[in-house]
Amino acid sequence: MSQPLLAPRETDATITDAVSDLVLERPTGRLWLFAFALAFLLTALLGSGIVWLLARGVGIWGLNIPVAWAFAIANYVWWIAIGMAGTFISGGLYLARQGWRNALNRYAEAMTVFAVAVSGLFPILHLGRPWFFYWLAPYPDRMGVWPQWRSSLFWDFSAIVAYLLVSILYFYVGLIPDLATLRDRARTRGKQVFYGLLALGWRGEARHWQRYETLNLLLAAMAVPLVFSVHSMVALDFSEGLLPGWHSTLFPPFFVAGALFSGFAMALVLGIPLRWCYGLQGFITERHLDNLAKLMLAAGLFVDYSYAAELFTAFYSGDRYEVAHALQELGGAYAWVYWTIVGCNVVAIQALWSARVRRSHAALFVIALLVLAGMWLERFELIVASLYHGFLPSSFGLFYPTLWDLAFLAGSVGLFLLLFLLFVRLLPVLPMFELRKLRARLDGEGA
Amino acid sequence: MSAGTHGWLARFDGAQALLVAARELRALGYTRLEAYTPYAVEGLAEVLGPVRNRIPLLVLLGGLCGGFGTLFLQWYAAVVDYPINVGGRPDASWPAFIPAALEMTILFAAAFGVAGMLLANGLPRLNHPLFGLARFEAVSRDGFFLWLRADDARFDARQARADLERLAPLAIDEVGA
Repeated sequence: MSQPLLAPRETDATITDAVSDLVLERPTGRLWLFAFALAFLLTALLGSGIVWLLARGVGIWGLNIPVAWAFAIANYVWWIAIGMAGTFISGGLYLARQGWRNALNRYAEAMTVFAVAVSGLFPILHLGRPWFFYWLAPYPDRMGVWPQWRSSLFWDFSAIVAYLLVSILYFYVGLIPDLATLRDRARTRGKQVFYGLLALGWRGEARHWQRYETLNLLLAAMAVPLVFSVHSMVALDFSEGLLPGWHSTLFPPFFVAGALFSGFAMALVLGIPLRWCYGLQGFITERHLDNLAKLMLAAGLFVDYSYAAELFTAFYSGDRYEVAHALQELGGAYAWVYWTIVGCNVVAIQALWSARVRRSHAALFVIALLVLAGMWLERFELIVASLYHGFLPSSFGLFYPTLWDLAFLAGSVGLFLLLFLLFVRLLPVLPMFELRKLRARLDGEGA
Repeated sequence: MSAGTHGWLARFDGAQALLVAARELRALGYTRLEAYTPYAVEGLAEVLGPVRNRIPLLVLLGGLCGGFGTLFLQWYAAVVDYPINVGGRPDASWPAFIPAALEMTILFAAAFGVAGMLLANGLPRLNHPLFGLARFEAVSRDGFFLWLRADDARFDARQARADLERLAPLAIDEVGA
């Protein structure tokens, strides 16, 4: 496809005005208010769930032995995975000098920050006594004990902390020049002060830009290995365990592929309504959506390969517990989950081979939603279908979710949506300075 | 022109014109030049004079601090302060110490880099003489500016203005105190 990344008539001024007016001038729409109200209600549901959880304990969820990890950990893995693609779009495509990244990276980074923040809630709430979560951190305390350094749970803790902080830094640094634009274009005193403080006095001096660009490049170069390491740590939570279905060296790459897969799907689910509601068709073009769809297909094929490798390895190993687990997966109590996953993550995405499907926004949106659902179910299956069927037949036991389980899942979607809606209203959804630079590059300007 | 002036601010029509103007003024012997652009213009900083860009060094330093610091913390806790025998494994289980050290390497490198970028650029900064000029607001939209500072050894208000005018700027403003 040779469609341009930016319309040739765009200038620095039109790009800046189009994006900054969305924040500064455009009145709050009815659709936004409706979505905000919905997200707020769901967040309130999550809030009341948390209060009830603190009062009563994790027993309000359907957890028990043997299935002591269920929705909470599935939600955690699902959300942190969604964040991965945001960093990858921003950092990986920056390193690969993909010009089409520039219309997507801002909202993708916002998606990352919010998804990681939401995901971090779940392991903390799942602790049983969440108010002691800081015991996970190594600090000199009166008890004189340290975290267990050899445990994958500590690795995971440091991975989440590093990932959350680095993605916030990356997001904020990327915003600074655009916050300066909002400061300079704001017409009311309140907005001038608000964006002025956030912009930290950025003026766009040539030497400042040079250091800034160096930093951006280095942050991108560090963010990509960070993505891969963080989701590998999440995978090690499982593969360090001895449970059949978990104890596998396949897990780290399998988790990373799954993370990118669901993250690209979320980027599409957010991007398609965003460009439609805010008239961003000139910036997030057909070509962007097409590229995202292709990336989603590629990541999906990696995931599908992992499904095949998982089954093959189980039977090839000849280990009776691994084989029993594989048979359980295909035909046991949770087989319906497994086959739904196959439907979503293996069958549905094959439609993306067709250029016609990739050009249809409705089809892309539906497939991306199916992928998100499929990836959530995959996390659920991975956790529950392995736990309920351990080594000892006398300890087999099914998992039954309670209403609170569902409330926490819906509430986490609500909280994510709430944060994203605030982002859309308060911050520029496209990186204006990067688009100006892209414009200069496409026009053949340069030193 | 008032006594407490900070110099002249000229607006140019695009990155190319700004680069040409900056080169001309450097050739005339001005050293205290500052250029302001709405996006990073390649090669502009070098035209203005030698650049001290120590961000890579700071990032390396941060990464080393985070990585080796975390390794040391784990080693100290597991070997010196509170050794625990887990199935006969060595107290200093280096492979198991790597994951946390890797994450902290990246976190500290990023934090040092961001702090270094802000400090080196003199940010955060609440006010600046240029913020007093209404025309300067275009810098974050489509304005390309060159500031001829009054503290330049070669600066003479009249001569400097004449030098700027020869470069055909779109506008010239005095940067007030």
